[in-house]
Amino acid sequence: MAQYAVLIYATDSADGVAAGPEDLQAHDRHAKELEESGCLAAAFALEPIVTATSIRGDVVTDGPFVDAKEVIAGFYVIEAPDLDAALRMAGRNPVTQQGGGVEVRPVAGGFVRG
Amino acid sequence: MTGPAPADVTRAVADAHRRGWALVLAATVRVARDLDLAEECVQEAYAGALTAWPTDGVPANPVAWLTTTARRRAIDAIRREHVLRSKLALLVGPDEAMDEPALDERAEDAWEELADVVPDERLRLIFMCCHPALAADVQPALTLKLVCGLTTREIAHAFLVSEPTMAARLTRAKKKISAARIPYRVPGAAELPDRLRAVLGVIHLLFTTGHTAPSGASLVRTDLTDQALHLARMLRALMPDEREVWGLLALLLVTDARRSTRVDAQGRLVRLEQQDRSRWDTTAIAEAHDLIVDGLRGGRPGRYILQAAIAALYAQAPTFEQTDWPQIVTLYDELLSVWPSPVVALNRTVALAQVRGPSQALLEIEDLEKDGRLAGYQYLPAIKAELLQRLGRTTEATLAYRQALDLTGNETEREFLTRRLPKPDPP
Repeated sequence: MAQYAVLIYATDSADGVAAGPEDLQAHDRHAKELEESGCLAAAFALEPIVTATSIRGDVVTDGPFVDAKEVIAGFYVIEAPDLDAALRMAGRNPVTQQGGGVEVRPVAGGFVRG
Repeated sequence: MTGPAPADVTRAVADAHRRGWALVLAATVRVARDLDLAEECVQEAYAGALTAWPTDGVPANPVAWLTTTARRRAIDAIRREHVLRSKLALLVGPDEAMDEPALDERAEDAWEELADVVPDERLRLIFMCCHPALAADVQPALTLKLVCGLTTREIAHAFLVSEPTMAARLTRAKKKISAARIPYRVPGAAELPDRLRAVLGVIHLLFTTGHTAPSGASLVRTDLTDQALHLARMLRALMPDEREVWGLLALLLVTDARRSTRVDAQGRLVRLEQQDRSRWDTTAIAEAHDLIVDGLRGGRPGRYILQAAIAALYAQAPTFEQTDWPQIVTLYDELLSVWPSPVVALNRTVALAQVRGPSQALLEIEDLEKDGRLAGYQYLPAIKAELLQRLGRTTEATLAYRQALDLTGNETEREFLTRRLPKPDPP
């Protein structure tokens, strides 16, 4: 088994207040499905992008590090035997049908306080 | 006792490379489970043949000899140093690993065993090379490298990029296969249709690359066209209901049916109107015809069925003059609607010139030139030159022929273009 990070990219409005209850329900259902599948290693949802602060060199600025239409709304780590299996799981994330998408990256190493 | 002549050995090795590379590599990958190690061992096996065969003689089955040698090297390397395997380890399912004992038996026995598994092995290799997680421009390149054993230089030329650029692309792709664990297998039924489109494109490209080899002295590399046909047939067996697979197979068959008449006894290119139609492979054309008739039934036809239908109209006409040009233009229009490619638009101008005259066709060529996507594509200036010559615009035709010559690496095509060059006017 290998670990893959799934980075959730959502349009800024979908991330937080503007997201409708139906969208949120879909995400809750998907989170539950992932938990029950036993393949979820870690998961983090992030506060809306207005709360982000970035640092480049010594300069601290308000907002995301890269200005883009979509922002990272959260990320999670799944365990899968190969990329095809990882893509199947990541492809079920509702964000892919809500104007955003996911980026799947193999995990090279990591640490989570136990 | 004297061994075989050096020229015979060189020829035997070259022949085994052309026809056997994919078999040898696919079989070695299964034991090496590491792309770089497998490629390295296969290259060493071919190099070893060049030193061993002059004294030992060319083995009865050269590809079997090479396979056994490459696989033995891989196993030795793994036993000697496990570190070697860490770089580009390949994901091969444990249930699918091939039994090793065959390696310790005689080469012929290993070959018997291989012959049973090898067709699928090559398919695995292809589906891996055509995985959607790899960049679209690297998929055919990687297939040519791993399945056909083409050099990076040949591939770079086929894709109109520099050799270092292509080398970097291939390395990146192989790193991703290993780091992201792109599996070495034929995809399951659910994924197969999606994955198939890329594979069809790659097989078609293999065929066209073989049909007009990117470089070298001969026009056709039958090893590549044969491999493409073989793979298309295998795909058809794997997906018997997929109409585009029929379409691809039909297209390859009908194109290949004219192979023997494309060059004359001196190896010079022969124009379609001068080709000896009695020598075309009517069995292949008939097989293609049946596939096309079935494929055009039910639903909107895909690009391969349409391309095959166009090629079949060329091949089934009793004479060049009796070719159904208006129907060909109609099929090209339909093809452009499902596949808006500038190459299709360029090929359409050849038929258009027959229906509406060379001036009309030339106008469309000029639009394609402005479009810019075909910059560096030698057939654009070549077709333009023909049309200009037919219109008696000799100076411009000469210029276009020279442009085409500058872009053409195949010696047969270069010779043809040089012959077509208008004779300079007397001073």
